[in-house]
Amino acid sequence: MIVSHFLNGGLTRPILVTLLIIVAIALLVPASNLMLPATHPLHVPTYIVSLFGKYLTYALLALSLDLVWGYCGILSLGHGAFFTLGGYAMGMYLMRQIGSRGVYGNPVLPDFMVFLNWKELPWYWYGFDQFWFAMLMVMLAPGLLALVFGWFAFRSRVTGVYLSIITQAMTYALLLAFFRNDMGFGGNNGLTDFKDILGYNIQSDETRTALFAATALALALGVLLTAAITGSQFGKLMIAVRDAESRTRYLGYRPDMVKLFAFTFSAVMAGIAGALYVPQVGIINPGEFAPANSIEIVVWTAVGGRGTIIGPIIGALLVNAGKSWFTGALPELWLFALGGLFVFVTLFLPRGIVGTIQHGWGALKARRASQAAEAGTDANLSLPQATGTQAAAAQGAGE
Amino acid sequence: MNTPNEPQASTVKPPVVVPHPYALRDQLPPEPPSPEIARRKETLLYLNGVNVSFDGFRAINNLSIVLAEVEMRAIIVPNGAGKTTMMDIITGKTRPDTGEVFFKGDIDLTQHDESEIAMLGIGRKFQKPTVFEGHSVEDNLALALAGARSVFNTLFHRRTSANEARMSEILETIRLSHLRGNLAANLSHGQKQWLEIGMLLAQDPKLLLVDEPVAGMTDSETEETARLLREIAQTHSVIVVEHDMGFVRELGVKVTCLHEGSVLSEGSLDHVSADPRVIEVYLGR
Repeated sequence: MIVSHFLNGGLTRPILVTLLIIVAIALLVPASNLMLPATHPLHVPTYIVSLFGKYLTYALLALSLDLVWGYCGILSLGHGAFFTLGGYAMGMYLMRQIGSRGVYGNPVLPDFMVFLNWKELPWYWYGFDQFWFAMLMVMLAPGLLALVFGWFAFRSRVTGVYLSIITQAMTYALLLAFFRNDMGFGGNNGLTDFKDILGYNIQSDETRTALFAATALALALGVLLTAAITGSQFGKLMIAVRDAESRTRYLGYRPDMVKLFAFTFSAVMAGIAGALYVPQVGIINPGEFAPANSIEIVVWTAVGGRGTIIGPIIGALLVNAGKSWFTGALPELWLFALGGLFVFVTLFLPRGIVGTIQHGWGALKARRASQAAEAGTDANLSLPQATGTQAAAAQGAGE
Repeated sequence: MNTPNEPQASTVKPPVVVPHPYALRDQLPPEPPSPEIARRKETLLYLNGVNVSFDGFRAINNLSIVLAEVEMRAIIVPNGAGKTTMMDIITGKTRPDTGEVFFKGDIDLTQHDESEIAMLGIGRKFQKPTVFEGHSVEDNLALALAGARSVFNTLFHRRTSANEARMSEILETIRLSHLRGNLAANLSHGQKQWLEIGMLLAQDPKLLLVDEPVAGMTDSETEETARLLREIAQTHSVIVVEHDMGFVRELGVKVTCLHEGSVLSEGSLDHVSADPRVIEVYLGR
């Protein structure tokens, strides 16, 4: 009952429409891929399904960043770390699934361990042959890292650019650590050459479409939970912490706890996105920890519109579709285009695409309302607007 | 029919001393507190010999201020005389190097942080109006309303009709009822000041620290604010820090003048403004 109230709190009409669209995509795209013949004009080829499945994991990742950056003001430049950790947890499960079909045919040890002359499985690989355990770790590993990291950072009141820098340092440290062979995560090459997931061939069309559907449903769940959180009193508190942190403190709130919850929840979401990403691209390696990847997430979110729920999803899809097209057409220019896009959005669309549309729509409605009020009898309605602008004008004149 | 245990128990029981010596000890009246502590217990806010220095600069210098329950006090402070530091000490942002800070007689404020002190019942209004600009006037008040502050409680919070009624009442008091749904960012400077005072009211603290409430206000707004503060002072203790002498006169309360981090003069406004040392500090430089 309390939970249903919580979930209902976020269900505005745009969110409901978004959820319906995502669920429809989760059903229709696999259906078209599996049921329509390859010659049919509405047939979605498998490579497109996998490609868009990957984009949807990025969308979930961007949504998780939006929760902390757009709503809580924590600009994390290390969110790729949580994504990659979730991906590694899934990758470890997929490695254990290979069993004796590896190059060296060892039934327990993954190939890279045999190659390194390891005799037995390191303790932290135990349990990853169980799907449920791996899924638990997909959420626990990033969640715990975020909890510990956030606990120290937020309690010491590290904010703003300093926090961004240490999140960047965190993902860079993980990058260096995972590159080492003796860490036991495949070093440079990472984890790859997967065969099965839950006993199904990971290459088959059916598995690929199922993974696509699972990703879309995970995204829908992410949207639902994010909307519920941001629609609750806690969501208002997050925005309050973003806009005036010390004020919340003097009202008796604990901004460090607010941030810690948002950060940890967001890290778990990013981890799940990573876990869905790995089986669809077939590899996870330390390169995913690269700071540039984390910055790219920020670009998606900024382009789509931070502080909105639909924005980061649209941003992630658009930028990545653009990237796929651009790297095909003009491969050398992609990084310049990405950089240019970020500069353009920061300068001309600071609210992002969705934010700008929402803002424009709101301004249009307000103008219509005030016009109607001026034309009508009730002049009081337009008064607040007028006093607000007058005060702004007076301030402007004063400066 | 006797159970076998009963006679045994009665023989084993030790003789009972009535009353027990411990009970007697507890009945003794507690030792009378020293006169200093007895005086402290009757106050709402008690600062005694507080010192704070930053890198050798003494921001607060042996400051002692006592405030009774339901008392309004105006503090006039030249710039740089330790006004903000004093507020920071009371609200837990800054720890004093030495000295005592007590709330409600026996709560040692130096042992608590900002959030805890806010929950104990001290509200603070900043000099620059600090409201949540991204929220509507109503949401600003809703966040300030007394209630559970934990993550879990805010996640599953529901607004009750009692909350709504209280908010309407506060909106009426701070004259913002007609702007209930407006974004706080769109309010005028004076309206933001009032909204922040309204948030303090919603928080329902025992003590309000109000920092320059009429800075940047028009004359009529200043008058309104004085009326509002006098109304609040009927039921709350208030400390108002202000430069505006006209406003302080309108409040008509006891005045403390600070200079270089310590109390220079205290009494009625006429008494303080006639004090030669105050005149020297304000006009002599």
